[in-house]
Amino acid sequence: MSIQVQLKHRFDDLHLDVGFDAPAGVTALFGASGAGKTTVVNAVAGLLQPDQGLIRVGDTTLLATARGLSLPAHKRQIGYVFQEGRLFPHLSVQQNLRYGRWFARRRVARGQAHEARLVEMLGLGPLLARRPGDLSGGEKQRVAIGRALLSAPRLLLMDEPLAALDAPRKDEILPYLERLRDEAEVPILYVSHAISEIARLATTVAVLDRGQLRRAGPVQDLLSDPELAPIIGLRDTGALIAGRVVAHHDDGLSEVAAAGGRLFLPKVPTPVGDSLRVRVNAKDVMLSLERPEGISALNLLDCVVTSVRMGRGPGAFLQLQAGDAQILARVTKRSVEALGLRAGLRCHAVIKTVSVARADVGGRG
Amino acid sequence: MTAFLDLPLSPAEWMAISLSLKVALWATVLSLPLAVLLAWLLARREFWGKQLLNGLVHLPLILPPVVTGYLLLLTFGRRAPVGAWLEQTFGLVLAFRWTGAALAAGIMGFPLMVRAIRLAIEAVDPKLEQAASTLGASRLWVFATVTLPLILPGVIAGALLGFAKAMGEFGATITFVSNIPGETQTLPSAIYAFLQVPGGEAAAWRLVILSVIIAMTALLLSEALARRAAKRVSGQ
Repeated sequence: MSIQVQLKHRFDDLHLDVGFDAPAGVTALFGASGAGKTTVVNAVAGLLQPDQGLIRVGDTTLLATARGLSLPAHKRQIGYVFQEGRLFPHLSVQQNLRYGRWFARRRVARGQAHEARLVEMLGLGPLLARRPGDLSGGEKQRVAIGRALLSAPRLLLMDEPLAALDAPRKDEILPYLERLRDEAEVPILYVSHAISEIARLATTVAVLDRGQLRRAGPVQDLLSDPELAPIIGLRDTGALIAGRVVAHHDDGLSEVAAAGGRLFLPKVPTPVGDSLRVRVNAKDVMLSLERPEGISALNLLDCVVTSVRMGRGPGAFLQLQAGDAQILARVTKRSVEALGLRAGLRCHAVIKTVSVARADVGGRG
Repeated sequence: MTAFLDLPLSPAEWMAISLSLKVALWATVLSLPLAVLLAWLLARREFWGKQLLNGLVHLPLILPPVVTGYLLLLTFGRRAPVGAWLEQTFGLVLAFRWTGAALAAGIMGFPLMVRAIRLAIEAVDPKLEQAASTLGASRLWVFATVTLPLILPGVIAGALLGFAKAMGEFGATITFVSNIPGETQTLPSAIYAFLQVPGGEAAAWRLVILSVIIAMTALLLSEALARRAAKRVSGQ
């Protein structure tokens, strides 16, 4: 089920002009606050009427201003998880969960079994009799996700569902979102300005900048694109590398076979033999023309420089090819001059820090 | 003083009390749905003439009650256009009947009801209503399942204000339907009538005390109901 979104809308202080197609899976809308991300999802949900637009989910047209067609929000069958949960305070958790299902009861036959599976998956069992008023932030968001999914949506919208939560609560929810991505058959449009969430969850990214779509494409291509570095943030720009866990060592490190070499990272829960995706920030990559000896860093990849892009400041981004993976390195212009770094040059990448971006359970690797 | 507090009531006094209760209840029950609808329109919708409608709703609060009563008489009198039509079509006569007293009481209490309910609706987060619509609820369902339960304390408060105003309404009532014992003589009209005759003070005093009792009971009851409703909707 793919999503097609084309929108034009003029606010006093923002001119929104966005168009992208998203395949199944999680599509992340990324951008700074004020970039127009929430406007896009509100238009998809039918909570905002854009000046011009075409929105299709699968074979269903939700909005086509050219034809004067706009389904009202309650007929769009779009699940929406808001940043602040928006649970109904006068209803119990169970009644909240069943609210959307009740309106969907004529459309979909699946009942108790589906509900029980979702309650189990989101860990909501102990909460059912409680009231929203005495739930924690993380619990509220899990209920909100369950409520949206039980309305049998064609598409799930999530508007910064983790932004209002502190770090431990985020870590509590992220595994549920990963399970959702891997088990639910519903495509997800996920709004976020946190690159770590996107690297972990998204399959596709659409980058918004002051109301305009800058780029849209597969997550691993966009996150390592030096052109997008100013928007993504110089600190957060980096590559996603696919690999496979080959061993868990006794000293607390896990060994991952990636294209171009072996990587060592603090022990991951992924079993040996399974694939995962690791994130390498551009600022954590050093380059060496000779194979370095007597160095504390464990992660060394052989690679070829594919492009050099000088920034406006003292830094430069280098795209490197390691096997079939793309790596991004950020070094100083001075180093580029001193080492004579240029496209086609073979070199060695020394990676100081590697973090797990996402455990790939089936699907894309 | 003890003679004044001699509460066994004369038939005339009983009549005034039961009539007042009947008039105020009908006035409240019939105007409440309309008040909720108008409050919702004023709180949630934008339309042409909204300020004019708002002004009209509040007019009875600002006009001298005698003016309201006279306007009612000009509109709903038996020979007035609307009054004659109502009588011919439905056989409903308002002028100088208890039904007219209920109409006058309802109209006088209406602005108070609308105000209280509108404030309650404005306090409901529209984001909750949006969430309900994304879950498949049409506008009417959103109102019935989200807005209405959340504004229930406000609706109860509004209904009480309307009831109290209806119980105490005097000026518009006496102008529109006069002061006929057994038909249109409500508590305030009866107290006024007793005070006009020599030796009527004792009867007037008994009705005054009863007025206080009825008012306090209604107030305490609605407070308790509103507290229960507020507790239910707070999500605790």
